[in-house]
Amino acid sequence: MNPAITPSAFPALDLVPKTDEPQKAKDFKSDQEVRWCPGCGDYAILAAVQGFLPELGLRRENIVFVSGIGCSSRFPYYMNTYGLHSIHGRAPAIATGLAVSRPDLSVWVITGDGDALSIGGNHLIHALRRNVNLKILLFNNRIYGLTKGQYSPTSETGKITKSTPMGSLDYSFNPVSVALGAEATFVARTIDSDRKHLTSVLRAAAAHEGTALVEIYQNCNIFNDHAWEPLKDGDTRDDMLIRLEHGEPIRFGTNGDRVVVRGADGHVGVVAASEVDDSQILSHDAHADDPGLAFALSRLSDPHTLADTPIGVFRDVSRPSYDRMAREQMAAARAAKGEGDLAVLLAGSDTWTVS
Amino acid sequence: MTSPAQSRDHQVSAETSATSPPANLEHDTPLDKDTVTLGQVVIRLAGDSGDGMQLTGDRFTSETAGLGNDLSTLPDFPAEIRAPAGTLPGVSAFQLHFADHDIMTPGDRPDVLVAMNPAALKANIEALRPGGDLLVNTDEFTSRNLAKVGYDANPLEDGSLEDYRVHPIPLTSMTVEALADFDVSKKEAERAKNMFALGLLCWLYSRPTEGTMAFLRSKFGAKPDILAANIAAFEAGWSFGETTEDFSVRYEVKPAPMGAGVYRNISGNLALSYGLVAAGVQSGLPVFLGSYPITPASDILHELSKHKTFGVTTFQAEDEIAGIGAALGASYGGALGVTTTSGPGIALKSETIGLAVSLELPLIIIDVQRGGPSTGLPTKTEQADLLQAMFGRNGEAPVPIVAPCSPGDCFDAAVEAARIAITYRTPVFLLSDGYLANGSEPWRIPAVDTLPVIDPGFATEPNHGVDTENPEFWPYVRDPETLARPWAVPGTAGLEHRIGGLEKADGSGAISYDPDNHDRMVRLRQAKVDAIARSIPPLQVEDPDGDARVLVIGWGSTYGPIGAACRKLRAAGHSVAQAHLRHLNPMPENTEQVLRDYDRVIVPEMNLGQLALLLRGRFLVDAIGYNRVRGLPFTSDELAETISDVIAHLDTPART
Repeated sequence: MNPAITPSAFPALDLVPKTDEPQKAKDFKSDQEVRWCPGCGDYAILAAVQGFLPELGLRRENIVFVSGIGCSSRFPYYMNTYGLHSIHGRAPAIATGLAVSRPDLSVWVITGDGDALSIGGNHLIHALRRNVNLKILLFNNRIYGLTKGQYSPTSETGKITKSTPMGSLDYSFNPVSVALGAEATFVARTIDSDRKHLTSVLRAAAAHEGTALVEIYQNCNIFNDHAWEPLKDGDTRDDMLIRLEHGEPIRFGTNGDRVVVRGADGHVGVVAASEVDDSQILSHDAHADDPGLAFALSRLSDPHTLADTPIGVFRDVSRPSYDRMAREQMAAARAAKGEGDLAVLLAGSDTWTVS
Repeated sequence: MTSPAQSRDHQVSAETSATSPPANLEHDTPLDKDTVTLGQVVIRLAGDSGDGMQLTGDRFTSETAGLGNDLSTLPDFPAEIRAPAGTLPGVSAFQLHFADHDIMTPGDRPDVLVAMNPAALKANIEALRPGGDLLVNTDEFTSRNLAKVGYDANPLEDGSLEDYRVHPIPLTSMTVEALADFDVSKKEAERAKNMFALGLLCWLYSRPTEGTMAFLRSKFGAKPDILAANIAAFEAGWSFGETTEDFSVRYEVKPAPMGAGVYRNISGNLALSYGLVAAGVQSGLPVFLGSYPITPASDILHELSKHKTFGVTTFQAEDEIAGIGAALGASYGGALGVTTTSGPGIALKSETIGLAVSLELPLIIIDVQRGGPSTGLPTKTEQADLLQAMFGRNGEAPVPIVAPCSPGDCFDAAVEAARIAITYRTPVFLLSDGYLANGSEPWRIPAVDTLPVIDPGFATEPNHGVDTENPEFWPYVRDPETLARPWAVPGTAGLEHRIGGLEKADGSGAISYDPDNHDRMVRLRQAKVDAIARSIPPLQVEDPDGDARVLVIGWGSTYGPIGAACRKLRAAGHSVAQAHLRHLNPMPENTEQVLRDYDRVIVPEMNLGQLALLLRGRFLVDAIGYNRVRGLPFTSDELAETISDVIAHLDTPART
């Protein structure tokens, strides 16, 4: 075993070589000038990721960021790691091939709501169900930014944009619901402006073996400013955000006066704390094998008002990753039959000789 | 059949296999029959999709290969898995040409047709050579089955088959009768009729039987009753041949002289799969196949999934785009990325191929062509994806193209595609087709130490400003000879870099929108692909008479039919030259000179003139196309007729 490979707080990264050198956020900054619009939420996410990575203690050369197309997908250029800026929607597929063939890499996918959920929807759901060792950061700003302001699959119905002057007709996707429906083993949501929460979610995602989907509410101040404002504004935030903590009763509101309960009909909803006994408050279980409750929580939020929006880790369950099982199959084949012999393969069993 | 690259030395004798009847065969009343020696035979087996004709053909082929005949096969089956029984759309056929000499095609017209039902007869009788042998399963010629395919009268009785030697055989009932004492159902007994037919054919053509016995034992070993029944059916067919007065003679076809070596029979898809495994071994790179099932390419996915001991990873993706995406991702990580598909899949992969052109990473794209456009003819052959491979991308996105010319050549073509991909850091197209994929021929097994060694030459050190205090790695610095860029894989310390589909600055690889830089990069990518021509052999011309004025030039699977046509013409006293392009992009450096050496250039293609368009556009040569897209390979007769027509009019002015 490579001496640089040691068990850590991040067992999913056991096969990735570690560094002895102390790392700082600036070590992960590339020499490229960052070219997002001033005020873009992407800056905060970039800073959070660069600030968090030293915690993993990985060799920089064993980290790869893979992206698709869109504003967020410029992210790899700004990371002093290996990086691949690919084509629209296909980053999960490309990263899958990389992660399956290279267990010694920490592979991150950077994508947006259009890239991941519209043109790349198919790759996203299949990466999630396969549980390939990828960490997918989905920057959701509910708008197409790089093409200058068309509605996206997460835009609220009726949204007025350049391509929908009379309002969009689509019903929107809820990325967390999509991921849970796609058999994801790790699903979380966080917000660009909450550095501490964002970092805690990145930490949990990095520790997870298999595909992790992290939806990051991100503000596009040019084409969809204030999209998440009710969840950020100090006056409204506490009454709207539900901070999920594993093992804790789900309680929120200015004075903790709102709670999540399961009604007599099985429906999960929000009620005033005063209306129920404490024993009726649902506790959050991110490790539940059944994704039903996590899905019910994902449905609490109102796509228009953003009322009752949970953030945090919805689901974090353990299943062997695709790439681990693929390696195990290869090892089993070699254990049973030995290393392949090309001459034997080419000859087969049915030959004749001409002399 | 020999490929252009192989030796044509046939001065060696072939080892013969003893032909003996099955060991425990009862010889009740064997007639003393003469054995007639034939030079070559074309057999076509035709039946319902569920009748096991492909399996019967494979077995007969295997015994024939073991006997040392040269051979060529053509399976021809419907896209439907099981069309309604007894109907024309459900007919599945298998044609085998075997000979005591070097042959190049599965044969234009069968000498022998085995028709398992009226639909098989109706669909195939026109192909049978007049005077040919027709073996029919009379049990299936019921009024209902006849009506199902539109026969008003029973063709076995109305005289319509008098041009042929008809052998009416109640195959089904004789099989059931032979299995009366076995513990199998009537349905299972009936299903063994293909083994009865195989036994009869093996007797008729003096084929050995050991291989079929071994095959049956391995296939039905777990079901002793079924195994015994199949063996008994096979032996009953053999005995029937020996005792019936319907066949007065049996035949033998002596082994063909072939170059010394160890041979096996191989299909194109299998040879291609082995070529990919070999490319992995010879380059030291793990092979990563990202693929989505599609006819007629899926067999490569199936085959490679068996070879994990060679470090081969197969990934069945959610769609064609993810298949190539994963392969490209693996290449980025230092694997030999491969994707396999057919024409419709290429259409979906185009954007990712463009990305691979821009990233300049090795990638092998295998297109086993089938009839198009759209879903087209999934199980039939065609070569109409050449221009898609050449130009089917946005922007100036040159991709090298290699096309094998025979089933066995698929092995060498795969190794060659890998050589180009790895050496030049580029995606490479390998254009096979349905005929090569499923057809088979004897293949001289290459010694591993004769295969090329391919050096990936990964970058390990900075390559810019190496004499300064801060040496850097620039991902788009080029090798002066190949113009290839360095391949630095993740995990290599100090070489961290970012690349993507945006235009890159020459050298540094940083994003660049500079107009002159873009013009330079477009030309550099083209020049890199053009430079591959320096590493490929010159175009060979076969012109044994040395005075030909007409050149026939083809590519891909038409090599066999064109070669057979040229031989026929030469035997008839005409001079004709043949050349075959294995590299379509870039073409060999002497291609233009070869074309200019002849008064007329004929380009037969199973498309509407795609290579002809390239030759005309590039070399201003007035190429004459011969184009048919019937989903079937050319016959040598039709090509010979076309070529002789051109020869006959040589002294009239060319078209203007």
